Amino acid sequence: MVGLQNTLLISVAALAIGLIIGTLMATIKLIPSSEKLPVKVLKKIVDAYVALFRGTPIVVQLLIMYFVALPLIGLARVPPLIVAMIAFGLNSGAYVSEMVRGGILSVDKGQMEAGRTLGLTYVQTMKLIILPQAIKNIVPMIGNEFIALIKETSVVSFIAVIDLTKAFKQIGDATYEYIIPYLMLALCYLILVLGITYLLRLVERRMRRSDRD
Amino acid sequence: MIETKGISKSFAGKLVLDDISVKVEKGEKVVIVGPSGSGKSTFLRCLNLLEVPDKGEVWFEGQQTNRPGVNINEVRRKMGMVFQSFNLFPHLTVMKNLTLALTTLGLKPEEEAQEIAHGLLKKIGLSEKAYQYPSKLSGGQKQRVAIIRALALNPDVMLFDEPTSSLDPEMVEEVLKVMKELAEEGMTMVVVTHEMGFAKSVGTRILFMDEGKIKENAPPEQFFNDPQNDRLKEFLSKVLVKIV
Repeated sequence: MVGLQNTLLISVAALAIGLIIGTLMATIKLIPSSEKLPVKVLKKIVDAYVALFRGTPIVVQLLIMYFVALPLIGLARVPPLIVAMIAFGLNSGAYVSEMVRGGILSVDKGQMEAGRTLGLTYVQTMKLIILPQAIKNIVPMIGNEFIALIKETSVVSFIAVIDLTKAFKQIGDATYEYIIPYLMLALCYLILVLGITYLLRLVERRMRRSDRD
Repeated sequence: MIETKGISKSFAGKLVLDDISVKVEKGEKVVIVGPSGSGKSTFLRCLNLLEVPDKGEVWFEGQQTNRPGVNINEVRRKMGMVFQSFNLFPHLTVMKNLTLALTTLGLKPEEEAQEIAHGLLKKIGLSEKAYQYPSKLSGGQKQRVAIIRALALNPDVMLFDEPTSSLDPEMVEEVLKVMKELAEEGMTMVVVTHEMGFAKSVGTRILFMDEGKIKENAPPEQFFNDPQNDRLKEFLSKVLVKIV
């Protein structure tokens, strides 16, 4: 049970961190007509961030975070569970930023123009017109990201966190019987993912209502 | 009311608007025609600064608008705009489309905004569509709603960017009718269009644009019967043959 709890805990926390970082970075990338230097620098940082976290394996990021990065800034004693949340959160942020950006860009640019010609500000148009439409595209992608996180977190035992995978491995180690624990493990992940998929479908269906009316 | 003084605009190194100076007086109905790519839409979009000119000045109601420190949102509120692709907000009902700006900008309380919307819907005969989503409307109905969405803010001028170009032929007339009524009520209008019939009957002045320049600027009789510019003569011979 501790294993299941940790798997869910890490995934949820990572998604939350990812959403915050991702939305922030997507917003930076979408700042209009940015010839100003600070904005340009920020955009470069975001690009580098996305390239870095998408370009290296998550296990490597996890190991670096635990054994290199945190000790380097004097935080060697952070519990591994928290480290896992942060590592997966930072990683997720890179993916989420691309999802949010894609979702916003998929809204026809005439919508922004229509909002602005009615005298609405950029922020008002974003909030009332663009985002409500973008959300419909973003939510399914975020759901997939959550599913990916649940599965990817199966590597956290590298830094001694007991998650679902580690828990079943321990059962196997204790009984010298691996077939049933590992098949059960696979079944656990499958049930989790199918459950989440089902919930996502419900949410999506609700959101598509205005399209059918 | 609106004046441009020598505005130029390039996209990716290509000059789209070349030193254009035009004045539109209150109550005028200025129609802009010309071949595709001549810069007429860009020019229209410069009037409310959806495109910002690289050079030159845009004036509206005695104020230069393309200048730092001007609240462009307040300026745009007085300039209604209608697009070729309607750009209704698909996630909102027709009613919400009409009242959103009024209530968000704090110009009218919700109830009053709805009254205005109902009045406008009645005028274009679409009262029964008030609580439907735009996806349920035909192209012509969408464009009529887009027109009254702009009118809800009680603008001083209306800009039309090829309002009938993406409509099925049988729906063009219903949109033009709304525009004609608007013209008769005295609205100042700037219309980019390919509808020569509309230009002739409603326009008080017609501009011919080609290669980023205004090549002719004349009242309709002179524009159609005695064109001066050679490119315009060629253009008219082509489009007018099409009408016959």
